[in-house]
Amino acid sequence: MATDEKSPRFARLHGRFERRAVRFALAILVVLSVGGIVEVAPLFALENTVEKVEGIRPYTPLELAGRAVYIREGCYVCHSQQIRPFRDEVERYGPYSLAAESMYDHPFQWGSKRTGPDLARVGNKYSDDWHVRHLINPREVVPASIMPSYAFLATTPLRVERIDRLMRAHLRVGVPYSEEQLANARADLLAQAGAADDATEMLGRYPKSQARNFDGQPGVTEMDALVAYLQMLGTLVEFDWRRPRPDMIR
Amino acid sequence: MSEAVAVVAKRAAVDEVPDYDDHVVRLFIIASVFWALVGMTMGVLIAAQMVWPQLNVEPWFTFGRLRPVHTSGVVFAFGGNAVIGTSLYCVQRTCRARLPGRFAAEFVFWGYQLFIVLAALGYVMGVTQSREYAEPEWLTDLWLAIVWLTYLGLFIGTLLKRREAHIYVANWYYLAFIVAVTVLHVVNNLAVPVAWNEADSVSLFSGVQDAMTQWWYGHNAVGFFLTAGFLGIMYYYLPKQADAPIWSYRLSIISFWSLVFMYMWAGPHHLHYTSLPDWVQTLGMTFTIMLWMPSWASALNGFMTASGRWDRLRTDPVLRFMIVAVVFYAVATFEGPFMGVRTVNGLSHYTEWTISHVHSGALGWNGFIVFGAIYYLVPRIWGREAMHSRAALEWHFWLGLTGIMLYVTAMWGAGVMQGLMWRAYTSLGFLQYSFLDTVIAAKPYYAMRLLGGVLYLAGAGVMAWNVWRTIQEPRPAPAPAPVPAE
Repeated sequence: MATDEKSPRFARLHGRFERRAVRFALAILVVLSVGGIVEVAPLFALENTVEKVEGIRPYTPLELAGRAVYIREGCYVCHSQQIRPFRDEVERYGPYSLAAESMYDHPFQWGSKRTGPDLARVGNKYSDDWHVRHLINPREVVPASIMPSYAFLATTPLRVERIDRLMRAHLRVGVPYSEEQLANARADLLAQAGAADDATEMLGRYPKSQARNFDGQPGVTEMDALVAYLQMLGTLVEFDWRRPRPDMIR
Repeated sequence: MSEAVAVVAKRAAVDEVPDYDDHVVRLFIIASVFWALVGMTMGVLIAAQMVWPQLNVEPWFTFGRLRPVHTSGVVFAFGGNAVIGTSLYCVQRTCRARLPGRFAAEFVFWGYQLFIVLAALGYVMGVTQSREYAEPEWLTDLWLAIVWLTYLGLFIGTLLKRREAHIYVANWYYLAFIVAVTVLHVVNNLAVPVAWNEADSVSLFSGVQDAMTQWWYGHNAVGFFLTAGFLGIMYYYLPKQADAPIWSYRLSIISFWSLVFMYMWAGPHHLHYTSLPDWVQTLGMTFTIMLWMPSWASALNGFMTASGRWDRLRTDPVLRFMIVAVVFYAVATFEGPFMGVRTVNGLSHYTEWTISHVHSGALGWNGFIVFGAIYYLVPRIWGREAMHSRAALEWHFWLGLTGIMLYVTAMWGAGVMQGLMWRAYTSLGFLQYSFLDTVIAAKPYYAMRLLGGVLYLAGAGVMAWNVWRTIQEPRPAPAPAPVPAE
């Protein structure tokens, strides 16, 4: 490539970089870092990035296990979990999503595509039985659906022993699980899935959680966990139809 | 001795042509052709699953698990091998220096293939972070980091050995690609493993901060993997095929630095109207619109380089691949900032319009510029006079172009339709369509998209056959004289 004869100064200035490999690489590193530093870093520092909302709590052990199934199956490629503040979205899916509602989501699952509907507030919209039948064979309940079937979830026992590690990993990245919650992880998981006599203690540790046998079958399966997760999505904050109730925002 | 003085000293031996390492380039090109077939077949398969959901075979071959196999397969395996291979060919010629080290280049090759295989096997077995375009789990990520840093060392090592005073512009883009991907990969994949002996991890960030980090990564996987790396291909292989120097040096400098600076700001346009604070969305949108400048500067530089040789588009299918690639680059980088405007994004986001946009870039720009570079390279690195079949080049071109047009128009139509149906109201003020209505309405478009994908895959199959036959041909009797460097 010929050096531009008309502007030797311009060429000389750039020549200081394009004649020096390491300097050039470092210059690239500096120039490309600016955008991320300005846009990403403040989000960790500015307090108003995530509004304080009543009712948000870490996931219960069973919900967290269900969320792991959701992540494993890549549900995010077809389902979003982020309702935008448009009239049609709020009427179709419910109140628009708040940042606080995903503050314990490691990683976030907002998604980028709606081949299927948004799931941010799918909790309590359908019965457990509907979810189980739909996951086993989507076309039984929605004939035109193009969703894959996930019948194997109903027959795959949940690896209950994994929950301690999963919760401790979440603790390490900043989810405020208490020592009591961690100590009772497995017991709470079984209690919420209806596999223990009494769920009272578990319900006390996790406000607004729901305990029952989600798939209606004996034993705790991945189906139990996934349905428990789906049934709590978007149910923690109380809203005045479209907006969070003013007294819920601190 | 400073680097510049050393370069001048090395010029004493300026006429001597080094013994370039083309073995590793051949490996990368074969891998790129192989993974093109795998990645695009996966694309056709998941497109078929959207037409016939019965094709989902649980638990391993569902859409949710196969979609990352397709995206990683075409972006990182097909595209990645092509960019790395073309960069190692280009950097040796433009520096007049052999790659440093005896094993580093082959380590990068085999290490990269291992990364691809680990990632893909992980997806079908359900080992995924579910972070779009960053799905591989922590162990695979660590392995890629090692391979990538070796690649960085290999590339900078060659630049340091060079016997040319200037670093050629294509190498700027390749260098930006390598440096940026290192930064993006490391920061976005910060995670805590569930246990040291478990495949899964928990990401360090959560919610809104995680979303911003992920789309800072995701957008710049496009910006630096699919743009900077492929512009490196354009800046070397297009002038070579057109027998012309790059049109403007100054435009190269302006477009390069503005691309490196601005792309990193544009991530928030993937998060318009979400819980991400408005100030970030506005900043992201502003820089997204500004990205028209570096994008069209590069496209203009590409077009003007071929200017005066337009007649060759009729006779030279390889140059035609490259020029059509630049056309799609210009089109896709025009559409991108348009979709990044918040109100337009309100309609396009979550719909197939996004899929249309991605594929006009991926099939048209990335695919076609790579095909052009492969057709340029294969006869040269295997020492053949030309590709085995000229007719096959034409077949590939027209199959590919028809496939793209079908694909892009189908998904654009479906996307705009979905966006409009979701927000349609009846005169009484009720939502006009259920979500399911929009699924049903999209089905014909999905079938049309599948056909487009099949045609594009068929074109890639023709290319694989042609490359294979070219390699199989006997070498011409006198070994071709080495091409002088420039």
